[in-house]
Amino acid sequence: MIRFDNVAKRYPTGHEGLSGVDLHLEPGEMAFLTGHSGAGKSTLLKLIGLLERATRGQVWVNGRNLNKLSNRDVPYHRREVGMIFQDHRLLHDRTVFDNIALPLVVSGMGHAEVTRRVRAALDKVGLLKKDKVFPIALSGGEQQRVGIARALVSKPPVLLADEPTGNLDPELSREIMELFMQFNQVGVTLLVATHDIDLVNRLGKRIITLRNGRVAGDSGTAG
Amino acid sequence: MAKRVRQPGFRRNRNPVTWLLRHAQMSLSSLGRLSRSPLTTLMTAAVIGIALALPSGLHMLVDNVRQLSASWDGSASISLFLNDAVSDEQAEQVRAKVAARNDIADTRLIDRAAALDEFRRLSGFGQAIELLDQNPLPPVVLARPAARIQGSDAVGHLAQELQAFREIDLAQVDLQWVERLGAITGTIERAVLVLAVLLAGAVLLIVGNTIRLEIQNRHSEIEVVKLVGGTDAFIRRPFLYEGFWYGLLGAAIALILVIVSLVLLDGPVERLAGLYNSRFELAAVDWGSFLGIVGGGPLLGLCGAWLAVGRHLAHVQPE
Repeated sequence: MIRFDNVAKRYPTGHEGLSGVDLHLEPGEMAFLTGHSGAGKSTLLKLIGLLERATRGQVWVNGRNLNKLSNRDVPYHRREVGMIFQDHRLLHDRTVFDNIALPLVVSGMGHAEVTRRVRAALDKVGLLKKDKVFPIALSGGEQQRVGIARALVSKPPVLLADEPTGNLDPELSREIMELFMQFNQVGVTLLVATHDIDLVNRLGKRIITLRNGRVAGDSGTAG
Repeated sequence: MAKRVRQPGFRRNRNPVTWLLRHAQMSLSSLGRLSRSPLTTLMTAAVIGIALALPSGLHMLVDNVRQLSASWDGSASISLFLNDAVSDEQAEQVRAKVAARNDIADTRLIDRAAALDEFRRLSGFGQAIELLDQNPLPPVVLARPAARIQGSDAVGHLAQELQAFREIDLAQVDLQWVERLGAITGTIERAVLVLAVLLAGAVLLIVGNTIRLEIQNRHSEIEVVKLVGGTDAFIRRPFLYEGFWYGLLGAAIALILVIVSLVLLDGPVERLAGLYNSRFELAAVDWGSFLGIVGGGPLLGLCGAWLAVGRHLAHVQPE
């Protein structure tokens, strides 16, 4: 589902975000990406979502070589990759419902289908009663769940999360991770960047450790 | 980048009905966004309105003057000043002879007494005339050329023919000032055209700048839309519609300005025309000007928005 072949990312400043990364995630696999800040976790996720392009090597997602996607194709690629951010990236002048509906509206889905899917997504993250609320009125954990609902509402085969629990207390973090485990059980491929190693260790999933832009450890595909 | 190889394709939505529906929704939501800040919107639209109203109003004014001079041009009559020795009876014979020509539509004799009367009334030199012991004015025949004699050349030629009459001292065509007026209106028309082009450029800049600010204000929204897979066309659309609405609103304001100006000018123009014994009336907004404003406004708005979007939208990239 996700494959990196000897991928390097060098920024115009000369800073090497990634160098010589080889990585392979099977469809339906869930993995955690850990490492110190600056180790390249975010860069790796950005390459998958095509927020950045690799300077060397090849990235494959969902059977497509991302190097060969033109800029015109990028939006269509992003519709197949749900992205979750530490800072949620919600639109504060729109209701929870409208925030979650955005990926569907963008892809031109009809109103009835949008409503149905958004309600299903809200149900999954347990915010069914908050659909008319504005994000500012929600707690941090709830805002993050809105961000998650938005990422999964279009049922993308791949879900990426960059420090999704970075600002949450351990209890809420555990809830968010359990949510991810549930998605994984229905076949979504998940890659979660986090430095919360204690939490990750307890979940028993594959752990990929980055150090200075290289893969320094990989617990391997765990059953 | 490497040569593009067909990979597993993306499913793209190309249903024309959905597409139209989404355009309608987008145009309405853009209008809604503008209506949420009515003062700013109105001010921008007013600037556009003034920029549109100025050249089209001037154009209509010049057009009116041109129509007026054209009507004079067509009915330019020839004044035939008869020989001083010609008696009033003979003058009537001359008139009849001129009237008999098939290139003359209509004649009128102003005999000596009538000429003196008119001179007294209109010139303001009535008292000076009293001092003279005899009437110095010759009889005059006013001849209006037939309708087929058009243009100053043809009328001038006819005047020359008439001057060949023994009884006629001078055949005068008062066309020169009409021609001058024509030249002046031509010059002003050209100036109006230049002004129109400059102001169209101004409208482009105004709309472009407004849309640029709008793009800055909605920076984070554009980022998020790009993150969830919004195409450039999708992101562009609301801004283009906004430009369109600004233009249309500006056009409406321009129309109102032009109509109000016409109404305000109507009274004075009527009085002025009355002083010249003319029943000239200002024409209402003609179709050309109407279409120019109503079509030009939105088009300029759209183009201005397009320029801004093309320049600034590419810079917004999610991180």
